[in-house]
Amino acid sequence: MELIWQGVLQALTLLAGGDRQVWEITWLSLRVSATATLLSLVFGIPLGTAVALTRFPGRGFLVSLINTGMGLPPVVVGLFVTIVLWRNGMLGGLELLYTPTAMILAQLVIAAPIVTGLTLAAIQQVPERFRLQLLALGASRAQLVWTLIKEARLPMLAAVMAGFGAVISEVGASLMVGGNIKGSTRVLTTATVLETGKGNFDTAIALSLILLLLMFLVNWGLTWIQQGRRA
Amino acid sequence: MVRRVCLLVLAGLAMAAPVASRSSTVIVSTTTSTQDSGLLDVLVPMFEKKSGMSVKMISVGTGQALALTARGEADVTLAHAPELERRYVAEGKMLNRRLVMYNDFVIIGPEADPARIKGMTKAVEALKRIAETRSRFVSRGDRSGTHILEQGLWKQAEIEPRGAWYIESGQGMGQTLGIANDRRAYILTDRGTWLAFQKRVSLPILVEKDTLLLNIYSVMEVNPANGPRVNAAGGKAFADFMLAPETQAVIRTFGVDRYGQPLFVPIASKSDADFQ
Repeated sequence: MELIWQGVLQALTLLAGGDRQVWEITWLSLRVSATATLLSLVFGIPLGTAVALTRFPGRGFLVSLINTGMGLPPVVVGLFVTIVLWRNGMLGGLELLYTPTAMILAQLVIAAPIVTGLTLAAIQQVPERFRLQLLALGASRAQLVWTLIKEARLPMLAAVMAGFGAVISEVGASLMVGGNIKGSTRVLTTATVLETGKGNFDTAIALSLILLLLMFLVNWGLTWIQQGRRA
Repeated sequence: MVRRVCLLVLAGLAMAAPVASRSSTVIVSTTTSTQDSGLLDVLVPMFEKKSGMSVKMISVGTGQALALTARGEADVTLAHAPELERRYVAEGKMLNRRLVMYNDFVIIGPEADPARIKGMTKAVEALKRIAETRSRFVSRGDRSGTHILEQGLWKQAEIEPRGAWYIESGQGMGQTLGIANDRRAYILTDRGTWLAFQKRVSLPILVEKDTLLLNIYSVMEVNPANGPRVNAAGGKAFADFMLAPETQAVIRTFGVDRYGQPLFVPIASKSDADFQ
């Protein structure tokens, strides 16, 4: 118990004292995970919407794949992305391994299925009758999709939160593709693992609390957007 | 269409990456325990300043550290598993193995010392007694340098440790020390980590100063034939740096301010034969 208090105190000291390293680590966590989440929206929203609104053979199989992808283990993603990015790997020429870009790529792979799956569910839960009504009123296909996305705004923002939550809290993939390099690819989760390994439990607790605080602030912002006028 | 978007995103990601030319980045693979000691946090900036190159220090398990260089995924390795290292050198995967420094391992255990090993000078004999009395012993069990050394000792003792008394943690040195402390068990640990854990671990040193317990670190350079994009010159520069007199002087005093004693003994220009 005393240890946790020490951690809380240290977290406050590190933040208030403007410890440069901690700020850098926090900023990198936010930058990497926010970029990965935004990119996952670029893939996930159109794909999820498309699958929700169309019927084709093998659709059930595809939806099962997407739903499985929602639980992709970060270590597995990390391992495969690492192998692809190796100097001897498929994309070795890009020299991306052990850079923040590699971490964004891995987190994108983790977040995209989550956003796709939740978008799919969000669009599908808009009643069929509403869709037919729009068509009967003469809506074009683009207008239909746009209206449906607006209608599904609440659950779609939940998808954003779930995607962001998954990537900012994962450690396996970031550790493998980033290498936890000081001053370059060290993020809050990998730093926490390192400090725990070193036996600096108070610092580890402080970093965990900063991570939780960061997640809360981001979700607070997103909730504010989500609930909008209702909040 | 999907393909085009994929390519676009990849291109975007590639552009976002800070572009570093090949010859200016050295990938160094090393073991977690080396990283945990904090020594590299001092040495790496020294090297970067001197050479103008930037270092990517990848600290992983010993097995992985060596395998990465053998595959041409790293340019130089700093490790502490002499037997395994010699095998890689013999296979031609790595070149120019040179000794850098050592620290030592100690056997620690509960104050009550149920196996009565306190003060023994032979680690192998101590392990025999622990096994005979079936006293709890915690092993890393993770193919780390420490675990490999421990296995070598058991082999010399002609004992295959198994049973409820022999606990394998599969975790790093720090976590494993925590488990040993909790279970009041014997454990083989490097002195540096034990010193760093003084606040949380109350197991005293029982056996030390056996030559078998020396933990010898060496550097090995990548064989340029291992892969298409290796930076052999950078790897060699880092290895040379580790053996330079200035660097060795830093190693000699590292840790004194924190623990009142140095964590490593520099041994540039010595060979394995000096430690038999």
